[in-house]
Amino acid sequence: MTSYVPLSYYLLLSGFLFACGVAGFLIKRNIISIFMSIELMLNGVNLSFVAFAAHWHALDGQIFVFFVMVVAAAEAAVGLAIIIAVYRTRETLNVDQVNLLKL
Amino acid sequence: MNPSLNLWLIPILPLAGAAINGFLGKKSSRTAVTTIALFFSGAAFAMALWVAVRFSSLSLPYEEYLAHWIRAGSFSADFAFYLDQLSLVMLLVVTGVGFLIHIYSVGYMWDDPSYYRFFSYLNLFMFFMLTLVLANNYLLMFIGWEGVGLASYLLIGFWFTKDSAASAGKKAFIVNRIGDFGFLIALFLLIQHFGSLNFDAVFQGVVPLGPETMGAGLLTAIGILLMLGACGKSAQIPLYIWLPDAMEGPTPVSALIHAATMVTAGVYMVSRSHVIFDRAPIALSVVAIIGTLTAFFAATIGIAQTDIKKVLAYSTVSQLGYMFMACGVGAFSAGIFHLMTHAFFKGLLFLGAGSVIHAVGGEQDMRKMGGLRLYAPWTFLTMTIATLAIAGIPPLSGFFSKDEILWRAYSSEHGSWIFWSIGVLTAFITSFYMFRLWFLTFLGDYRGVGAVETAGYGGGHGSAHGHGNGHDGHGLPHESPMVMIVPLAILAVLSFVGGWVGIGNRFENFLAPVFHAGAVAITETAAETAGHLELYLMLVSVAAAFLGLYLAYLLYHKREDLPQKIADSLGSLYQTVVHKYYIDELYAALFVKPLIDGSTRILWHDVDQKVIDAAVNESADGARHASDEVRQMQSGNIRSYAGWIAAGSAAVIAFMIWMGVR
Repeated sequence: MTSYVPLSYYLLLSGFLFACGVAGFLIKRNIISIFMSIELMLNGVNLSFVAFAAHWHALDGQIFVFFVMVVAAAEAAVGLAIIIAVYRTRETLNVDQVNLLKL
Repeated sequence: MNPSLNLWLIPILPLAGAAINGFLGKKSSRTAVTTIALFFSGAAFAMALWVAVRFSSLSLPYEEYLAHWIRAGSFSADFAFYLDQLSLVMLLVVTGVGFLIHIYSVGYMWDDPSYYRFFSYLNLFMFFMLTLVLANNYLLMFIGWEGVGLASYLLIGFWFTKDSAASAGKKAFIVNRIGDFGFLIALFLLIQHFGSLNFDAVFQGVVPLGPETMGAGLLTAIGILLMLGACGKSAQIPLYIWLPDAMEGPTPVSALIHAATMVTAGVYMVSRSHVIFDRAPIALSVVAIIGTLTAFFAATIGIAQTDIKKVLAYSTVSQLGYMFMACGVGAFSAGIFHLMTHAFFKGLLFLGAGSVIHAVGGEQDMRKMGGLRLYAPWTFLTMTIATLAIAGIPPLSGFFSKDEILWRAYSSEHGSWIFWSIGVLTAFITSFYMFRLWFLTFLGDYRGVGAVETAGYGGGHGSAHGHGNGHDGHGLPHESPMVMIVPLAILAVLSFVGGWVGIGNRFENFLAPVFHAGAVAITETAAETAGHLELYLMLVSVAAAFLGLYLAYLLYHKREDLPQKIADSLGSLYQTVVHKYYIDELYAALFVKPLIDGSTRILWHDVDQKVIDAAVNESADGARHASDEVRQMQSGNIRSYAGWIAAGSAAVIAFMIWMGVR
């Protein structure tokens, strides 16, 4: 019998990835790093989706993952465009300095 | 059965006049205002006369029911009017003297910018006074009682831009509240024990009671509380202090409200309640003692006053004391008799004083008058009659009524020689200060402004008192216009002959059905032997009056230097009298100042500032501080929001895991 990796391992990895993403989102100042942290969180979630899908032998989770990847791709396209636009106007990628709309 | 008299018209007519003048008078001409005011007060007088004419054909007491007013459980009070001999006398006095004073006011107030307002108030006063007099229950009487207080307040403060007038109005109102407090408590007691405030019902409940029965203490309490109310309204010790200040009002007001009618409401109320007082000897003694003391005390103050109206004010207080003395010895009809004659001669004195003030251009200090007999002969003549009347010189009206009171004070079963002797002493003082006023004002030489210069000197005029005949404003005194003289003349005739209705006890017999109905059986002892005694006592009081006249003549006409010397030799005693025994100062120190201090320190600084204001301010401050703290969370920093979200999610997850473990 093929021995399966237990579900909890996947979930722990998934939680670890998500936590890394959260930590990076909170700590990093660079927009690109923040962007990447968001991607990391998305992929952490994706991992738990597919893990559950495999565990329960259901396809819902895998379909959800496709949706997430599509949205993430679209987000990446739009987000990177914004980042480039910001860099062109502001000459910086530090979020603390992109504060024109703050009081 | 009685025909309908439509009594309700009598009070309603002046009310209509007050409403029309009050609402429309501002834009109307003076003539229109005059017409309305005189028409409605005159119509009330005409109605009263008509009632008097038909009076003998009525079966008394006549009651007229108008409408339900209050129904609460078994208690009820209605709008209903009550007419008997006592109400009729009051009705005629109020409408008659009131109408004359309305006429007089036309001349006196003509130049006042608030002419319409004056007549509106005056008519309003008539309405409330007539309600008071005609009411068939204590509650409706109380409405009138409070209403005349309101009218009095409005009219004392008529020239309200003058500070002293405004505060005199307030003083009158507040002092009257103290008396009204007693009146109200008396009404509550009546409701509690008799279940009604209707005169008939109450008196029927009272009749079985007496000094020896169970209800004696109750009747005494009610009597004394009613007397407290009367003390406020009728300016008796200890509440007389408002009346002299009330002279700030226009002089016709002093004549109508503060001499002839309103201040006698207390006498009327006590007389109306005679069934109660008859059965409460202690309350009756209180009335007599207060009346006697007030009569004497106020008269002594009157000696040293220099303001002509102040003399008359203290004289009024003193004469009201006589009336209460009469009521207090059980001679209610003598009190009402004096009330009537006093309305004539004191109304005349005040109107005459108004004419004098008018003549000398607003001056009220008698030391700056003198010699006015030449300048204002009609005023002089009428004032002379009034002075003789109040001094009690026969055969003028004051003699009859005052002598009746003094005789009753001596001979009545409740009376005593003490009351009589103080009464005679007061009569002497009265005669003295009234002739002092008369000598200072009318005889001697004119001492006022314009006494030396004759023409082209206009310093005497220009006060709030107008004069109606388009005078050139020279400084010399002048006679008043006819519209003021005529009421003076009519009142002078009444002051002269008004007492004659008392000859042969006719007035007393007329009122007898009121005062003997339900009264304690009166012991007519030794009426024959009393005849001589009455004559002797009468001679003594007349002698006292002439003695007062002579003393005034001596001091203020013959030896004009003497008063000053006497005043100097008396020193502090004289000063005390001049300052009215410092009663105002005493009350200020005893009541007013502690009240103001207590209000300032405790109610204002402690309660208001430290509790009420503090509660509001602290809660507002607290809210602001709390928001300051909470505001920190909304920094606008996205990452801190994200942090909060992450922390929150972590907390939720931790919670779920913990719950799952359980």
